[in-house]
Amino acid sequence: MSGATLPAAAPLAAPRRMGHGAFWLASALAALALVAALRALGSEYAYFAATFVLQYVVLATAWNILGGYAGYVNFGAAAFFAAGAYTTVAVGKAFGLPLLPCIAAAALVGGALGLGTGVLTLRLRGAYFAIATLCLSVVLQTLVVNWDFVGGSRGAYVVRPREVPWPFDSYGGFLCAVMVGLAAGAVAIARTVEKSRLGLGLAALRDDEAAAEAAGVPTLRLKLVATTISGAMMAVAGAPLPYLGSYIEPNSAFGLAYGVNAIAMPLIGGTSSWAGPLVGAVLLASLQQAATVTISSAANLLIVGVVLVVFVCAAPHGIVGLFRGQR
Amino acid sequence: MGAEAWPGAAGGPGGARGAGAGLLVEGVDAGYGAVRALDGVSLAVAPGETVALLGTNGNGKTTLMRCILGLLRPTRGRIAATIDGVTTELVGRSPEEIVDLGIAIVPEGRRLFPRLSVEENLLLGAYRRSARAAIPRNLEFCYDAFPRLKERRGQAVGSMSGGEQQMVALGRAVMCAPRLLLVDEPSVGLAPILVARTVEKIAELKERLGLTVLMAEQNFHQAIRIADRGYVLVHGRVEFRGDSPAELGDSELVRKFYLGL
Repeated sequence: MSGATLPAAAPLAAPRRMGHGAFWLASALAALALVAALRALGSEYAYFAATFVLQYVVLATAWNILGGYAGYVNFGAAAFFAAGAYTTVAVGKAFGLPLLPCIAAAALVGGALGLGTGVLTLRLRGAYFAIATLCLSVVLQTLVVNWDFVGGSRGAYVVRPREVPWPFDSYGGFLCAVMVGLAAGAVAIARTVEKSRLGLGLAALRDDEAAAEAAGVPTLRLKLVATTISGAMMAVAGAPLPYLGSYIEPNSAFGLAYGVNAIAMPLIGGTSSWAGPLVGAVLLASLQQAATVTISSAANLLIVGVVLVVFVCAAPHGIVGLFRGQR
Repeated sequence: MGAEAWPGAAGGPGGARGAGAGLLVEGVDAGYGAVRALDGVSLAVAPGETVALLGTNGNGKTTLMRCILGLLRPTRGRIAATIDGVTTELVGRSPEEIVDLGIAIVPEGRRLFPRLSVEENLLLGAYRRSARAAIPRNLEFCYDAFPRLKERRGQAVGSMSGGEQQMVALGRAVMCAPRLLLVDEPSVGLAPILVARTVEKIAELKERLGLTVLMAEQNFHQAIRIADRGYVLVHGRVEFRGDSPAELGDSELVRKFYLGL
């Protein structure tokens, strides 16, 4: 780390920052504007592409709550993401519920999974925690492959409902609006966490966990809260996935792309603030979507890799770090 | 909690009605794996006292601090804090519970959060529940006691000088509204002039806040400037107890180990 570099004299008093309520309101307004803009475009492909990009906004933002704020690198993002997707399949099939209740169920499953992982692994630090989360992906995928109810290794088809909820013109439009809402909510939650006591405590344990403990910060509890929130949100990111492609199978749902992107996007955008994963996800996911259309989706991971290498060398504090000056 | 008597006002050294905070350590053994760092350590700190814990590196001073704060569990013995007449056993409690009682530490090497700002570091000292309500007042007190910190409140602590960092470390402990202050090796990494100032600052904070202080220090001369009395730790044992600075200075042991006489 480059903790020894001296920044130029920092501003004395931080500019008065926006309150939580105002930020939530601003997020909601931005979401409405985005939905309206997409509606004006009115193309099914625009809906699909926006949904694709926004699912990564949710995933990257969720990952960053544990990985960025607390500094615990989670390599198992795909496990949480797929857990959300398969919750939609299972709950939808078992109870015939539509998408929205499935998303709520995914949040519960992801939160429980996050809490469980936290209890089992958070006494491990650094590389050991990362390895443990990597295993989670393997374990869950094995479970799903052997679970016939959700299609096992053959995968499962999810049929989009015929009637489209008012006021949308197509199911793709509805799905996209849901994703916009989830992304806005995720960003607002991340920002709220970041600017709260919880965020301050997480930043302290990221800097020096032993010192945080000695200062009376309840480190284990904060980490559990962070894994739970992060896990719930990552699962929520994956919940609409089955409807996006109408088909889901374990190899793609647990694919390397999700795990890698969830880490690369916040790193490229900047991990210390809510804006980082947002910027990183929009940039990287748009690039990948463009590459899928123009070249081939096979190039996607290559793009992520190249961009990541460039940023680690040229802007170790991410895009947000470039603008803020190092802090 | 007696947070209402804080800061400044009342309490004071040896205050009446059992006010103030005292500490009792009885027969404590502790170690790391097969290494035994403390061997039957017993000591007492009465309310309002400043007690020095003397000893060169590697004699168990920091280990004892870690045991008191719940960061390390002793294998034997008893540690109890008496705060405003209420006695609490500390062994087996988590650090956050112990800090919540009003026991704060200024750790060895300061152990600040380098990427966070001065103010964020200070606020982290007030994480305990009972200190939250008093944050504005305590912050004001900190900035009054350390005007330099107010000037630099938005600066990342990692970019500050050692002396300034020591102020942040003291300020962070003060933000916890402590009754009992543990100070571990305040002289480490500081120029002699700054060591003297730090020690004076500790004495000043003690007076203004009515604290009880247990200070581990290897710089004998600095420590006895403000200590009422002291213990000398050698190889994890209390080898000498001096009931006054003079008695400590006259001790054969101290003269041999510290002063090279």
